[in-house]
Amino acid sequence: MFNSELMKKLSDCFGPSGREKYIRELIIDEIKDYVDEISTDPLGNLIARKKGSGKKIMFSAHMDQIGLIVTHVDEKGFLRFTNVGGLKAKNLLGLHMVFANGLEGVICQEELKDKEKLTMGKLFLDVGVTDKEFVKQNFRVGDMCVFKSQYYETEDCVICKAADDRIGCYILIEALKNHPNTDNDVYYVFSVQEEVGCRGAKTAGYSINPDLAIAVDVTATGDTPDEIIMEVKLDGGAAIKIKDNSLIVHPEVKDMLTYLSEKNNIKYQYEILEFGGTDAGPIHLSREGVPSGVISIPTRNLHTSGEIFSKKDVEECIKLVRAAAGH
Amino acid sequence: MFLKELTELSGVSGYEYEVRNYIKNKLKEIDCEYYIDKLGNVIAHNKGRKNKTIMVAAHMDEVGLIVRQIDSKGLIKFEAVGGIDQRVLNSKVVLVGDNKIPGVIGSKAVHLMSKEERGKSLPIDKLYIDIGTDSKEETEKLVSIGDYVSFKSDYVEFGDNMIKGKALDDRVGCSILLELLSMKLDADFYGVFTVMEEVGLRGAETAAYQLEPDLGIVLEGTVSADMPEVEDYDKTTIIGKGAALSIMDNATVYDIDVVREVAKIAEDNNIQYQYRTSGAGGNDAGAIHKTKKGAKVVSISIPCRYIHSSVSVASKNDYENVLRLTKEVILENQKGD
Repeated sequence: MFNSELMKKLSDCFGPSGREKYIRELIIDEIKDYVDEISTDPLGNLIARKKGSGKKIMFSAHMDQIGLIVTHVDEKGFLRFTNVGGLKAKNLLGLHMVFANGLEGVICQEELKDKEKLTMGKLFLDVGVTDKEFVKQNFRVGDMCVFKSQYYETEDCVICKAADDRIGCYILIEALKNHPNTDNDVYYVFSVQEEVGCRGAKTAGYSINPDLAIAVDVTATGDTPDEIIMEVKLDGGAAIKIKDNSLIVHPEVKDMLTYLSEKNNIKYQYEILEFGGTDAGPIHLSREGVPSGVISIPTRNLHTSGEIFSKKDVEECIKLVRAAAGH
Repeated sequence: MFLKELTELSGVSGYEYEVRNYIKNKLKEIDCEYYIDKLGNVIAHNKGRKNKTIMVAAHMDEVGLIVRQIDSKGLIKFEAVGGIDQRVLNSKVVLVGDNKIPGVIGSKAVHLMSKEERGKSLPIDKLYIDIGTDSKEETEKLVSIGDYVSFKSDYVEFGDNMIKGKALDDRVGCSILLELLSMKLDADFYGVFTVMEEVGLRGAETAAYQLEPDLGIVLEGTVSADMPEVEDYDKTTIIGKGAALSIMDNATVYDIDVVREVAKIAEDNNIQYQYRTSGAGGNDAGAIHKTKKGAKVVSISIPCRYIHSSVSVASKNDYENVLRLTKEVILENQKGD
């Protein structure tokens, strides 16, 4: 059964890269009764552990989301900004944004003759306040904001912001609540700063020093009009990654995930992503190297305020995480 | 302030010997313990009261050029080392190799340029270094492939407390770090003079690996784009407006709580500060915060106009503010309870 209440909470929680405090607190609340150990490292990664004497397995889903950061507050009360993570100027026009303090703004552009030449520098945030003193008091250089959009669910799918990678967090939370009976020493990591270069996973991978690592993250699909040529599709099941720009999945890890899927009747598909990367990138290069793989959730319309994934795929991913944790 | 001496030394990334030797001698003079690591970082230790491990980093290297070919006429073709401002190369005076052979960067005369060429800066492959020789053999007696080339640029104090020189990025940081080590504060910190920042934060990574700091403080010369045609929101930092605290750049998202704490220390001590308001660029903090288990980092910078050229300009007031602020930040972090 899909836990809509949990997914909505995760999606709505504020947490752009480097500002993961609220989402971390939310996840701690959610999991603290189910794990043996829980800690936060110097960069802010949340590391939860189900103790065991066997193989050390690290799962990683990132808590952070893409957003914007204020770089300048002008005399008239308008805010200039730059992107935190992969956002392009042309996709931002007219969007509604929300800050950690709950205040909002809408993205406007300077008058431009050639729309193709739109850059981040030509955009600004109007926060809908005419009292300049109020703007000065409440918006500071360094403040971040994220998309504001309504969580929406159909029989099959969820449309929401920050599915990348709160759906990965959701999967780890649901899996650890049903942790399998195993000797494995399992670490469930909710990492920081993935969207700016998988920075949290690098330090978490170093600290944990696992025998096996599996990232749980969204991936693109090839099932929409004019989309990239890609086999992955919604309702195709858990996507077992073969490669992306940051990682060639260790063949034994790919084979293990395939074997576990077939053995447990888990619907799966293979994924080759021709761009991008995940936490498994830095983790597999940590210390002497870590055999690593990725379980991906097929997701449409990535890095927008309305990302779309299938609830059935999510169930398959949870089953596969549990199977891997217990293998 | 050691800026005159420091900026007049050569230290292109990977070849920081002159700067390192100067710093070693100064450290001996002030009786500060130090060692040199395998990549050439100078790691000095100021012993004192300690709550946590603090690493204060400034990079010794500067952007420059490297000789890649000597042509049949004895002219030198070269490559850039680090993100040099290629617009400014033409007709600069440079020093080539260990023997500091003087040369000028040349190109064909303006009369011979096509209409299209005139409006633009020349790309690096259209430029060469002329050391006044007229044969390959003669040049080869003085210069070898692989020799490093740095700008010749005197240190000048001028105007309203301003300084001009080359390599202010990051000899300003080195100078401040030497001053901090000279103070013999009762607060423990490692002063690290790093190598190869300009080619990808390489020295800082191995230094942080050795020291495992809890807090990294990076002292930098950073971009000031306070030119008349630049809009306020694009200036990054403004010269003369104090120590610049980084919020986010291409290599680091700074922990905002730590940044605001440093801002508060500045306010409490009447030290002028500003925020560095561009998401571009990167410095040693990017390597330090991701090493081993991770570290908190702050970058405290001096705004430099015309950075990555042969003539950077900075303000002595900003220098003083960065020095004072860094000192207070170290003391605050190591004070007893």
